[in-house]
Amino acid sequence: MATTRSDLTETLAGNSLFADVGAAELNSIAHIVEERRYAEGERIIRQGISGSAFYIILEGEAAIRVSGKDYGTLGRGEFFGEISALLGEPPVADIVALHMLRCAIIPAPALEAFMLGHPTVLYRMLKAETRKLQKATSWRT
Amino acid sequence: MHPPGEYPVVVVGSGPGGLQLSYSLGRAGVPHAVISADPSPGGMFRKWPFFQRLLSWTKPYAPEERGTRYYERYDWNSLIGEEDRLRAIQPGLMDGSSYFPARAEMEQNLATFARDGGIAVRFGCRWTGTRRDDDAFVLETTDGEYRCRVPVFAFGISQPWKPDIPGMDAVPHYADTRAPETYAGKRILIIGKEVSAFELANGFLPWAKQIILASPRPVTLSVVSRSLVGVRARYVQPYEDHVLGGGVVLVNASIDGVDRTPQGFRVRTSRSDGGGQLVFEVDDVIATTGFTPPLGDLPELGVPVSGRERIPSQTPLFESIGVPNMYFAGTATRGAAGLKKHGLPSSSGAVHGHRYNARILARHIAQKYFGIDPARPQLKADEVLPYLLREVTRAPELWHQKSYLSRTILADRTRGIIDDGILPLQLFVDSDGPDGVAVAVEANHAGDLYPAIYVRKDNAISEHLLPSNPLLDFETGDHRKQLAGALAPLGL
Repeated sequence: MATTRSDLTETLAGNSLFADVGAAELNSIAHIVEERRYAEGERIIRQGISGSAFYIILEGEAAIRVSGKDYGTLGRGEFFGEISALLGEPPVADIVALHMLRCAIIPAPALEAFMLGHPTVLYRMLKAETRKLQKATSWRT
Repeated sequence: MHPPGEYPVVVVGSGPGGLQLSYSLGRAGVPHAVISADPSPGGMFRKWPFFQRLLSWTKPYAPEERGTRYYERYDWNSLIGEEDRLRAIQPGLMDGSSYFPARAEMEQNLATFARDGGIAVRFGCRWTGTRRDDDAFVLETTDGEYRCRVPVFAFGISQPWKPDIPGMDAVPHYADTRAPETYAGKRILIIGKEVSAFELANGFLPWAKQIILASPRPVTLSVVSRSLVGVRARYVQPYEDHVLGGGVVLVNASIDGVDRTPQGFRVRTSRSDGGGQLVFEVDDVIATTGFTPPLGDLPELGVPVSGRERIPSQTPLFESIGVPNMYFAGTATRGAAGLKKHGLPSSSGAVHGHRYNARILARHIAQKYFGIDPARPQLKADEVLPYLLREVTRAPELWHQKSYLSRTILADRTRGIIDDGILPLQLFVDSDGPDGVAVAVEANHAGDLYPAIYVRKDNAISEHLLPSNPLLDFETGDHRKQLAGALAPLGL
């Protein structure tokens, strides 16, 4: 019989967001998240379309695209969709797979419970968000 | 019937997915062969569910007339034919004791469709291997080799799966459950808290001394998730026994290991809600840890799969994202996940969902590989608005496949306004093309059901969510006004 549970758990273990999470907790996270692969060119979230989710990139690379124009890329260990999921608003950008992409997905309605249930992951996310904010405001200095 | 040799299309499987696809390919005029390892049609329904009654209902008496297209919304189990004798077969085979057909009634429903639809299947022919040969595929079988340009795997999610946990080899799977009376007076631990776990627990209630359900994730009930996600209403009784302290125990814990003991089994667990370790001494353990598709050598051929269930990842038209010209039908079409708005999955894991996917796939194969264009009737401009409101109120495809299938209308420059049919919503939303509109029925996390309108104008998509209605009637003046506003940029 095929065994793949440990595969996802191990992939998550290698992801910086989950660096402080113990084995039992990681196993339960592997049960909660959905894993999905996307074809090259496939859109993962869509500008202006409601009901999207929170995504963590496990493998591959994706482009941030607004009205057809690219604004950088996201890679392994990075995440997206959190603004839309937390604020309940449609995304302001497309995220498009640049080649085969593998993501862990948490639907927006489950995100609050996930964050409160796994505070060390929440803390790592907050640090990543803070870095983005620092970068966005670096013109001030 | 269908001896080994060369065919344009070969379908593997004779469950509901394979049967619906073969029928729809035949209607579209696509020559093909169907092979199946089984001795008769029906797939998983030849054996399961274990307790011999489905959890998908068919209403013999419904708000819509039996045999019409709109009636399909109330009949989750019949396959879909064009001829009267192939429509609404299931309600005619039920004995009135339940609106959930018995397993045997479902098997008869599928066999009747296969027989009366003239679906030719080579039974007892097991697919054993796959290889590429130029731009074709060769399917090796127990009867010989089939060469085809387009293979379609309708093999179900039918192979028992157990996680890699110490001692798990000795634990019987759901598929190996014994007759319920043999569990009389026993203490049973069921690994899992999904539908199949609750189906067994429900069936064991008159027999077992105590039933423990253990898995890391807390239970979800469909009536709480307001979707098909979670344990269905039909099996909620063990949950009530749990909350009332009546001999059923639900534990959120990951399974560390299972040991054999002279009396039975010792199951070691760690509570995932932080309560430490728990050890259970029980007479029997059953793993309701699910099934995977019998993928055979497809992963070695480059077929990417997703998730614990290892379902092949697919394009919106059910083609492997890694191996062009290879398709899937039946429950495996869950691998074409669609938009999954608000985290809600498609219904492609059940007959009432994937029967429509098969029709779309047949149309696609006919068009792409055989140049057979589907019928796409023209509409007058003033017909569009009432037609779309009627569709979102009554169309079975839209109600069964929410946020997944859509009625698509194109404003074609040369042909005028055409009805492009029922197509995957993702295909419309993610493709460039003529101006047009796709309408779907959607649900959100709060359980509201409402129409969603997607307008494509100069290859930009705008989303318009219309209000819900207590009677789910979307043909009201308010809906008419709001839809007219959404369609205005298209001149409709």
